[in-house]
Amino acid sequence: MLNNITLGQYYPVDSLVHRLDPRIKIVLTIVTLVAVFLVGTLAGYALILAFCLLVARLSNVPVRMLLKGIKPLRFILILTFFLNLFFTSGTELVHVGFVIITREGLRQAIHFSLRLVFLVMTTSLMTLTTSPIQLSDGMEMLFSPLKVIHFPAHELAMMMSIALRFIPTLMEETDKIMKAQKARGADFESGNLIQRAKSMIPLLVPLFVSAFRRAGDLALAMESRCYHGGEHRTRLRVLRITRMDYLACVAVAVLLALVILESRFIPKGLIL
Amino acid sequence: MSIELKHVNYVYSQGTAFQHTALQDVSLKIQDHEFVALVGHTGCGKSTLVQHLNGLLKPTSGQVLINGEDIHGEHTNRKALRQRVGLVFQYPEYQLFEESVEKDIAFGPKNMGLPEDEIHRRVIAAMEMVHLDPARLAAVNPFELSGGQMRRVAIAGILAMQPEILVMDEPAAGLDPQGRDAILGIIRDLHQTGTTIIMVSHAMDDIADLATRIVVMNHGQIAMDGTPREVFCRADVMREAGLEITEAARLAGTLRERGLPVPEDIYTQEEIRDAILRLWKEKVHAQ
Repeated sequence: MLNNITLGQYYPVDSLVHRLDPRIKIVLTIVTLVAVFLVGTLAGYALILAFCLLVARLSNVPVRMLLKGIKPLRFILILTFFLNLFFTSGTELVHVGFVIITREGLRQAIHFSLRLVFLVMTTSLMTLTTSPIQLSDGMEMLFSPLKVIHFPAHELAMMMSIALRFIPTLMEETDKIMKAQKARGADFESGNLIQRAKSMIPLLVPLFVSAFRRAGDLALAMESRCYHGGEHRTRLRVLRITRMDYLACVAVAVLLALVILESRFIPKGLIL
Repeated sequence: MSIELKHVNYVYSQGTAFQHTALQDVSLKIQDHEFVALVGHTGCGKSTLVQHLNGLLKPTSGQVLINGEDIHGEHTNRKALRQRVGLVFQYPEYQLFEESVEKDIAFGPKNMGLPEDEIHRRVIAAMEMVHLDPARLAAVNPFELSGGQMRRVAIAGILAMQPEILVMDEPAAGLDPQGRDAILGIIRDLHQTGTTIIMVSHAMDDIADLATRIVVMNHGQIAMDGTPREVFCRADVMREAGLEITEAARLAGTLRERGLPVPEDIYTQEEIRDAILRLWKEKVHAQ
């Protein structure tokens, strides 16, 4: 039950994609997300899908891991699809009783759900191939120009990396406490909504207690090692841009160009 | 009530980069009233094995049988099973959540659906078993207790379900010597009153005192299974599994290396004391 959240879960294998500079990866992910929103027809989504599969292939991350990231979204996806399908006005396609499906509704339903899928897929690709530490390093560097206006880039990056660092720990902890309470006959699976919410108390109380304990311990450990924020800190891993990074940029630029061409020149409505 | 594992394999995160075989063809049968110590190096699969005993983990392949019945069979009531096989996790004090000691210990019996007066009786009995004074501590918030006391509350929480088999994962880990002795004393009492005990531990000297049988694990497999005497005489197998033998057995080995006639099968402090005294007397006589 607790093993199926991939967002923020690093998949530790070595690959070309893993070795890319995190700054570049973050920027390229954002560009790819922009491309997802520019898509005009299904052909464009096919293009994005092909790109995602290619990156997954290059990164040695099984496609199954990518799909697992989408699974928790299924209800939102279904909701998005049907809300758009039924509640968009335009030219009627089907009219059965009070149900009216319009051409625009169908189009929007498909577009919005596909966008969601690709949003999660692209970001998952990044988080699966970038370790949390790299990710926050990248973020810090990208935000550091804003330090001029007193934007706390380092502090934010540190908070983020700590939060990300503790996701697996807390998951493990949850799993452990759950098992311990199950061994005492706790039942997390059956009963109605209220009973189930109540049954979470034996899980949540110890979890919060241990989260606070961990936070306290960590703060102490950081202080005793003289941590004092971002000023004058040197880093162990200095980020460098390599030839592969330039190639990745070119690849994403080509994708973006293709998507723009697609959205301009393939007439909308022809393939949805 | 016997527990039997038949060719149990367990693989974590099968089919991903995190794939890791924790148990490999483990077969083991534990009878009534045994005191089995499960020893092995960190990551050898002890904790994984322990979680199979009450059905928290399902073997990737193989079977776990309780009284001959497959615990993952369709008709097995696993909740009822978990009351008969009590499992105390490592650092069980981190599972406490209620506002009073009494309520926390009552959590297990309550889940069993027992009547109020029976629950109360069991809570009091469990507190007495772990040497916590019910009159003084029942109403106290468990988070205000000391580490050793919290651990005893957590153990009482399992004992209140009156399990026939008690499985404990490192029950004395991280306690001060007094706390450790208290916990081990409680476990010894429980064994003497007829509970089957399965205990994971790193402390060989504790095990030598308590266990009737030792199962040594290495790389997810059973490396050795026998009485303490059989196991502690095999320093070679133990070393390979990354384990120490008891201090007494180590001392006996050192003395033998120096050419002194010390018996091969010594592992308790009493035995090594007697052996040394005997040698001493012989030396005095010879002079």
